[in-house]
Amino acid sequence: MSFQPVKFYQTGTFTVGNRLLPPEERSVQSDSKRFNSINSGHRACQGCGEALGARYAIDAAMEAADGRIIAANATGCLEVFSTPYPETSWQIPWIHSLFGNTAAVATGIAAALKVKGKTGTRVVAQGGDGGTTDIGFGCLSGMFERNDDVLYICYDNGGYMNTGVQRSSATPAAARTSTTPAVGAEPGNVFGQGKFLPAIAMAHDIPYVATATVADLRDLEAKVTRAMEIRGARYIHILVPCPLGWGTASHDTIRMARLAKETGIFPVFEAEHGEIKSVLAIRRPLPVEDYLRPQKRYAHLFGKQPRIDVIAHLQAQADRNIRKYGLQARKGGH
Amino acid sequence: MLKQMEGSRAVAEAVALCRPEVICAYPISPQTHIVEALGEMVKEGALASCEFINVESEFAAMSVAIGASAAGARSYTATASQGLLYMAEAVFNAAGLGLPIVMTVANRAIGAPINIWNDHSDALSQRDSGWLQLFAETNQEALDLHIQAFRLAEELSLPIMVCMDGFILTHAFERVDMPTQEQVDAYLPAYSPRQVLDPDEPVSIGAMVGPEAFMEVRYLAHAKQMEALKLIPAYAAEFKAVFGRDSGGLMHTYRSEDAETIIVAMGSVLGTIKDTVDEMRDSGHRIGVLGITCFRPFPVAAVADALRQAKRFVVLEKSMAIGLGGILAVNVRMAVTGMGLKGYTVVAGLGGRAITMKSLHALFRQGEKDELEPVTFLDLDWKAVNKQLEREKAHRRSGPVAEALLRDVGIVGARNY
Repeated sequence: MSFQPVKFYQTGTFTVGNRLLPPEERSVQSDSKRFNSINSGHRACQGCGEALGARYAIDAAMEAADGRIIAANATGCLEVFSTPYPETSWQIPWIHSLFGNTAAVATGIAAALKVKGKTGTRVVAQGGDGGTTDIGFGCLSGMFERNDDVLYICYDNGGYMNTGVQRSSATPAAARTSTTPAVGAEPGNVFGQGKFLPAIAMAHDIPYVATATVADLRDLEAKVTRAMEIRGARYIHILVPCPLGWGTASHDTIRMARLAKETGIFPVFEAEHGEIKSVLAIRRPLPVEDYLRPQKRYAHLFGKQPRIDVIAHLQAQADRNIRKYGLQARKGGH
Repeated sequence: MLKQMEGSRAVAEAVALCRPEVICAYPISPQTHIVEALGEMVKEGALASCEFINVESEFAAMSVAIGASAAGARSYTATASQGLLYMAEAVFNAAGLGLPIVMTVANRAIGAPINIWNDHSDALSQRDSGWLQLFAETNQEALDLHIQAFRLAEELSLPIMVCMDGFILTHAFERVDMPTQEQVDAYLPAYSPRQVLDPDEPVSIGAMVGPEAFMEVRYLAHAKQMEALKLIPAYAAEFKAVFGRDSGGLMHTYRSEDAETIIVAMGSVLGTIKDTVDEMRDSGHRIGVLGITCFRPFPVAAVADALRQAKRFVVLEKSMAIGLGGILAVNVRMAVTGMGLKGYTVVAGLGGRAITMKSLHALFRQGEKDELEPVTFLDLDWKAVNKQLEREKAHRRSGPVAEALLRDVGIVGARNY
């Protein structure tokens, strides 16, 4: 077969610019011999952030483990769209057991590999925010607490999108879902509820916790690579916009993820043993309105009588994230 | 080697002889002594090449076993009662995925009201989960069944519950014949999985299956259990050849050759029943016993053969199909369909209520004379029951039932009869 090397230029990112990177610094995805762990032909929606996040994350893990990864997958979009048998997108050994037990299944796989001396094969568990922060939380916390040798990746799109966009404990305040409809005096998801799982993961003192978005895929790859250098329980929480659930255009997935980061709505950082080691800085924080307005799940905030109070509340949340995680780049600095 | 030991310890040692590779444990009475003993063996190195994992729930215990089994490791756990219910989703999943996990169920009642004592409600609630279910009569049989279970499970690629009566067996010190490692190694080959998560040969396990193939997949699970009906007696025979004793199999009959009345039961109560039958035989009663070892698959044809010559059968079971009567009884009736036998259901021993020879003598004599109701609740305190029913008629807010009953029966209720 003839082979035409393609020169990949990493464009449009703050970190790379228009330079051609040396091979060792290139994205795993830029290699024509990349693993394609989750192969094309699956049935994710157009613009699915989760499919993109999974492709980058699992291929990076494969690269780090010399192609020896076993994956456990929670019930959810990723599971359903990737394995409509007899078709499967997975080029790696992959198991789906239940919605709420993925971390425990991964623990079992890791235990089997350890007892058989196959320590070169690594285990990745993955699920959506419902399967991670809600129904799978008990098993996840157990896996963290035991420091089992598993990398757990949560693809957070802020709700149960597979079952028709219901609220999860990762659904942001004010967002409309089918169980937090945009009706009544306080439309959308209520304030004062929900949880930010990366902080809970950090409280377990596990060796590595990171957040990432599909807007910064090099950052995501780097974090997966870093996680794979470590043994024990590791957690990566990736914000993956969902065009269906968020009511955004398919071509805006990356933009929405970037806005979530640039407004401070979603803090991007990495932590080791419960301590934050680095953050992805925001150069010029954008108003949360820039992030909220394109999303139909927040449309009720921008009606004939805009809910300035609610937008201000969300802005305060974003500002708090920026303060809490030290996200704002110092003036004049890079 | 003959030893005097607790049932739980005997099972733990037998499991250890089977060279398990991953054991997950979550405490619940009365199975705790089993996993405690195994945990100690792993930690001190007596059980080498084994990972012992303290998990955060029974749901996690079964899930860890699922992952470990799918990755090719011989996997074991133990539970009881609420624990079995808490893991129920994963119990069905393990069977659906065809993973040969072996689990001890130290049979215990299910609440509410909370009760730690023995009956068979827990295991029988999972009778349609796709697991094979074997019930031990004695500690020796419990020990032996575990060794057979690993072999059966791995040959069939199906999970197996070995059920033993909580406290009555798990906490009883009895003489057992503990096999040697050489005997067990000769009987139980290394685990060779039909499916395994392996980077050198990647497979996807647990895909979504729609109407186009779901029924066929389910039928194949049934077909495998039908296959087990042949394998179980064959493996019991091989067991006898290696270990020198009869243990396991589908069922055992006792003094039933010329019996007109046959008592059908499962588990440790068979000992009390056999003693009662011995005494009745001594005074000329034509009565015998059918002990069911294998509840799933249910040995329909073998049960029919065992009851064919009798006039009637009495199913005495430590379980209850609320709103119907018996669970074991319904299964036995299915087996004798069209045979024209009289059959009676006796619900007994729920929540650890003692089943005494005195009560059994009276019960079996009534049975022989066809004086039993279709469903009998053995030694039920009708006075207490009727008092509560009256109270509920008299007062709308009659209060919590269990607490009212305990007040009525008084301090005697804390005693085991």
